[in-house]
Amino acid sequence: MKKLLAGAAMALMGLTTSAVADGHANYPDRPIMMMVSYGAGGATDFQARIVTMTSGNEDALGMPIAILNKPGAGGRVGWNWLASQAEADGYTLGAYNIPHFIAQSIKGGVEYSRDSFEPIANWGADPAVLVVGKDSEFNTLQDVVDFAKANPGKLTTSGAGLFVGHHIAALQMEKAGDMKMAYIPTKGGGAAAMKAVIAGDVMAGINNLSDAFRAAEAGNVKILAVADLERNAFLPDVPTMMESGLDVDNSSVNFRGIMVPKGTPQGIIDKLAATVPAMFENKRVAGKMKAGGSPMHIMTRDEVLEMWAAREETLKELLAGL
Amino acid sequence: MEFLLYMGDVFTPINFGLLLLGTIGGLILGATPGLSPTMAVALLIPFTFQLEAAQGLILLGAAYTSTVAGGAVSAILLKIPGAPANIATTLDGHTMAQKGEGAKALQISFLASAVGGVFGVLLLIFLTPVLAQWALAFGPSHLFWLAILGVTVIGSLDSASVVKGLLSGCIGLWLATIGFDDIMGAQRFIFHPALGGGINIIAALIGLFAIPQVITMFAKGRRGDGAEVIAVQKHPISGAIRELLRNKRALGIGTATGSIIGLIPGVGGQIAGLVAYDQSKKFSPDREKFGTGHPEGVIAAESANNAMVGPSLVPLLTLSIPGSPTAAVLLGGLLIHGIFPGTDLFDNHPDVAWTFINSMLIGQVLMCIFGLYVAGLAARVAQVPQAVMAAIVLGLAVFGSYSVQSSMGDVYVMAALGVMMYFLERFGFSAAPLVLGLILGPIAEANFIQGSMIATATDGMAPYFFGGPLNILLIAVVIASILYSAWMELRSRRYTSKEEIIA
Repeated sequence: MKKLLAGAAMALMGLTTSAVADGHANYPDRPIMMMVSYGAGGATDFQARIVTMTSGNEDALGMPIAILNKPGAGGRVGWNWLASQAEADGYTLGAYNIPHFIAQSIKGGVEYSRDSFEPIANWGADPAVLVVGKDSEFNTLQDVVDFAKANPGKLTTSGAGLFVGHHIAALQMEKAGDMKMAYIPTKGGGAAAMKAVIAGDVMAGINNLSDAFRAAEAGNVKILAVADLERNAFLPDVPTMMESGLDVDNSSVNFRGIMVPKGTPQGIIDKLAATVPAMFENKRVAGKMKAGGSPMHIMTRDEVLEMWAAREETLKELLAGL
Repeated sequence: MEFLLYMGDVFTPINFGLLLLGTIGGLILGATPGLSPTMAVALLIPFTFQLEAAQGLILLGAAYTSTVAGGAVSAILLKIPGAPANIATTLDGHTMAQKGEGAKALQISFLASAVGGVFGVLLLIFLTPVLAQWALAFGPSHLFWLAILGVTVIGSLDSASVVKGLLSGCIGLWLATIGFDDIMGAQRFIFHPALGGGINIIAALIGLFAIPQVITMFAKGRRGDGAEVIAVQKHPISGAIRELLRNKRALGIGTATGSIIGLIPGVGGQIAGLVAYDQSKKFSPDREKFGTGHPEGVIAAESANNAMVGPSLVPLLTLSIPGSPTAAVLLGGLLIHGIFPGTDLFDNHPDVAWTFINSMLIGQVLMCIFGLYVAGLAARVAQVPQAVMAAIVLGLAVFGSYSVQSSMGDVYVMAALGVMMYFLERFGFSAAPLVLGLILGPIAEANFIQGSMIATATDGMAPYFFGGPLNILLIAVVIASILYSAWMELRSRRYTSKEEIIA
């Protein structure tokens, strides 16, 4: 059986090397696979499917991108696979979530770091927001800060897990406000964390802007502040944390984009980096993303490289004390 | 009664065609091992990109309904539960198939599914606002007690002895700790890279239920080849309906348990079938017949797992919180059309909301009709000689566990657990309590950690976990369940010891 598999793998490799030989001019000549390290139906999966739906168009890659879900352990399973087992031949892409994978690599126990991957382009930026239940006595960020200062460690605040954007935002808030909150990580991602806020299990929550926007539209929560540098187009009336006096920057913003494993031929990386941002700008893509309440933020490979480096520095500093 | 206004929309040619497509496709996908309802719905999402919002949802809703019921086919005929929802169905369903009553088992399972399913959707239609409050009432402490309640069921579930049941439950609880822990991210027992994401529940199910049976079949070898062929008795549908009406108690318990448990976000679907099975066993005068191919067991399990479908969508449709993985996928199907579940859905897009809900109602009936037809055909599977059957089941087991996450690691997990279960079964342990431990472990653990974090930040552990009417009620039920098991064990021990003396 092993021999058979090896034989099949060799045959496949033979196929790909012929593509390499001609200087990637024909790339891609077969469908491409993109690994998403979260389950089908999650926000990352949902957005990944939308932004890649036009890749088969002639003006994009000319070949469809198929999504492969490898969920587990907060994304670690999928990214481990991409870093250590995936073929770096340009036909295996991966979706990244910043700050998740960088924060995880800083905490250790995984087989990847920032250097294991090469970014291609960024498609979305979902800032963390502070939400409270619709009947909460808190109406502004200041109310929350006042409570947290008066009652150290008593402000229960839900979020999607440890070392994800929500947790980073909570750590930054604590640092900026010189206060102590009780961060409650939930199992089951942003949806479970939001349920805890709506049901009143916790006093406040940090959640994705896209999910919070929906919950606020449904009249279940109040959104008090956005942890980003600027106000968001979806929520023009909600102030940033900086405006409200807490020095929290955009380190917790959940950036989503496409990357490839290290070792992918430079020619292919260049070709992808040139075509993919334009693919994201497609009108149909933008329309569907807006309809789904998912903020887009397109960045080129160079911008993403810079952003990754900046994030790693901030996160190292922030997580050093934990 | 608003839903009646939109009933006509279900029967337009395109909508009804999609409903048929979703139902038939769902039955086939559901009957395929390894394709859980969540995956089946996720597979269909890309097709809905091109459809109108209501049409897309009809397709997804029909597929959801019928994959849950379709899982019974492989559970009964092959002893491979397609999803956690079908675990309890294997217990009596497969033993019925072995006795040559495969056709009957399938018929009553589809009829029970339809009754439970229709009831569940009616609850969704009439009681949504009330149910939404119910769903929110369960905080971390309540979910913790609920999981503990499930653990107390372990001892009495499908085991000759309470001690062995509890032991295999403990093995399941241990297996559940493997992998990165969900909340803290700590690594536990990851001795192979394939275990990083923990034991995948579908792969585990396939291994634990199907593999021991495959090994047993192979172990018999080729001798007595022809003798092993099971004659399938034809069974009239009217007989199945009578059987269902004779077992109103199991049907009622199954439907009620499924509806209530299905409502609780994050817990419902996986354990509804098992809890209903256990409850109807406790209330049945023929409780010793359970596990030996007793129709009541199939009825309770299948009515519960379809009754759960309607209520499981309540948190999604009213609060915009997906309560189950399948609901999360459906959320994607709504968002792609720019529709936000919640008040927006019912106020601004009532046509979409009610057409979707109505189609699930009609879908239950269609599912039942096609299911009954399939039951006649599928029962022939039992006429295949055992050696061939074993090869087919093994092939499907490998295919099914691989297809869950396209990962060979899941196949190794499936094979390893299967071989382990073969030897455990030899010693009188049973797979159902083990699986229940595997499912409940993470629920109990995560909610305990979360609850204790909230408790230490607020009123302290004791008031948080023991205060409040819902906590007290759940604790009372837990204690009653333990006392009941202990009493049963003592009573049966008296019997067995007498028999042992005679022997």
